[in-house]
Amino acid sequence: MNIYSELILDHYQNPRNFGSIKNPSKKSVIYNPSCGDRIELDIVLKQNKIKDVKFRGQGCAISQASASILTDYVLNKAKEELKKLDKDFMIKLLGIELGPNRITCALLPLEALHKLI
Amino acid sequence: MDIKSINKNSRFFSTIKKDFPIFLNQPELVYLDSTATALKPKTVVDKLREYYEEYSANVFRGVYKISEKATEEYEDTRKIIGEFINAKKSEEIIFTRGSTESLNLVAYSMGRKIINQGDEIVTSIMEHHSNFVPWQVLAGENGGTFKVVDITDGGHLDIGLENIKYKNSKFKNLEQIITKKTKILTLTYISNVLGTINPIKEIIRLAKSINPKLIVVIDAAQAVPHLKIDVKNLGCDFLVFSSHKMLGPTGVGVLWGKYELLDEMFPFNFGGEMIQEVYIDKTIFKKPPHKFEAGTPHIAGVIALKEAVKYLEKIGIEKIRDYEIFLSGSLARWLEDEFKTKIKILGPDYGGYPEDRAGIISFTFGKYHPHDIAQILDGEQIAVRAGHHCAMPLHNRLGINASVRASFYIYNTIEDVSKLVKGLKKVEIILR
Repeated sequence: MNIYSELILDHYQNPRNFGSIKNPSKKSVIYNPSCGDRIELDIVLKQNKIKDVKFRGQGCAISQASASILTDYVLNKAKEELKKLDKDFMIKLLGIELGPNRITCALLPLEALHKLI
Repeated sequence: MDIKSINKNSRFFSTIKKDFPIFLNQPELVYLDSTATALKPKTVVDKLREYYEEYSANVFRGVYKISEKATEEYEDTRKIIGEFINAKKSEEIIFTRGSTESLNLVAYSMGRKIINQGDEIVTSIMEHHSNFVPWQVLAGENGGTFKVVDITDGGHLDIGLENIKYKNSKFKNLEQIITKKTKILTLTYISNVLGTINPIKEIIRLAKSINPKLIVVIDAAQAVPHLKIDVKNLGCDFLVFSSHKMLGPTGVGVLWGKYELLDEMFPFNFGGEMIQEVYIDKTIFKKPPHKFEAGTPHIAGVIALKEAVKYLEKIGIEKIRDYEIFLSGSLARWLEDEFKTKIKILGPDYGGYPEDRAGIISFTFGKYHPHDIAQILDGEQIAVRAGHHCAMPLHNRLGINASVRASFYIYNTIEDVSKLVKGLKKVEIILR
């Protein structure tokens, strides 16, 4: 199966919610030293819901597309709901099959999110 | 080499795939990761099977026939390896689990004994982690100083090599690095990322003229499969390499050391087969090499390693080296023609002295991440390595997180080079 699906490539080439938030409620940085992928995440929380989210970073197409897709998903979602998101959810959200080496790239943005909520 | 002999060589090497059973199962495989591990010829696989099916007894223990046969086969490899690298005697050959264990053994059994407060250990920024971390930790534990030789922008060790290598002048900078306090100099023969072949012999000669008591350790994991090694001629004190990078089984490594040094060293592991006599209050150890081979070794692996040596010797290391220069030089020129400056090859310039380079080409490609490049190439049945290749300090020095590495060995062909170039064009189309 080709992991460079239209969805992945679209988000890699045109990332959504890319940038930073001036006064975020919380921010996190996560780094995968083995390949140098890096995701920075800013969120604005209001009444326990994510009202704004921005990410920036560098890395492979999978980690960057995953951050773009995940940030799109979390907008207006409640903290409690987001805490439950796991590996299986991310695989479904991205719609691709990933081997043990590349799954780390895909999960990096979720890890950054879990640090914040 | 002239065109005629290149063609003759290419024809010869294009028939080699048939000796490697993996290509029966993976006929489309373009294997460009021999720097990580080499594929295995049938003779090696058959020898592993022979041991397990015909005389799979333990070594040095039984008086029965199949144990004696296993011991003979095992010791025969020691003899063959000793001759292969021109050791003074086969007792200087110690079997380990790999280059990593060989280096750790030297750092532990010799390093801990001789490194004291203020003593220096010198290594380089182009080392594999296995020839970096053991010494860094040792220096930290014993209060020694850990000195790391930098590289030049040209990808050579920054010890004035460009001067001496090409103009026959002296290594000026080495005199500023090696001092009377330097106890250990440990260097790689060939960088597993840059492909640089270090002029080890000249470095050792000059380093020892500065400090005659200096112990020199050479990581030859990338060198033994590709260059003729003569430990007497090199003048080092220890040299390590791995079986699996030279067509042999995984799980076997070699440590060669000067016998007098090995004899003085403390054992690495204690247990079976490394003792002479054991009493309640004391133990007397065996002499090298057995002092360093506690427990049941990877018998089948050691026995089959000699088949790898025989295979390489039948072809001839010089012939292999010429062919690798041809393949990697072709790829370097091809990449430049097709991708211009978008692809940046790490290490010494190919235009200059190709004989200073091994058949290893690491590169970055525009903004594309090495993992994406390797993944897309995998879709085309092309196996390359992506990452920092166990050389994080070097990648930091180069200012990059990761690179893509294509490396060549005897079963590769010019068609493989062509497929890689095509695959990289596909990377551009997919990732844009």
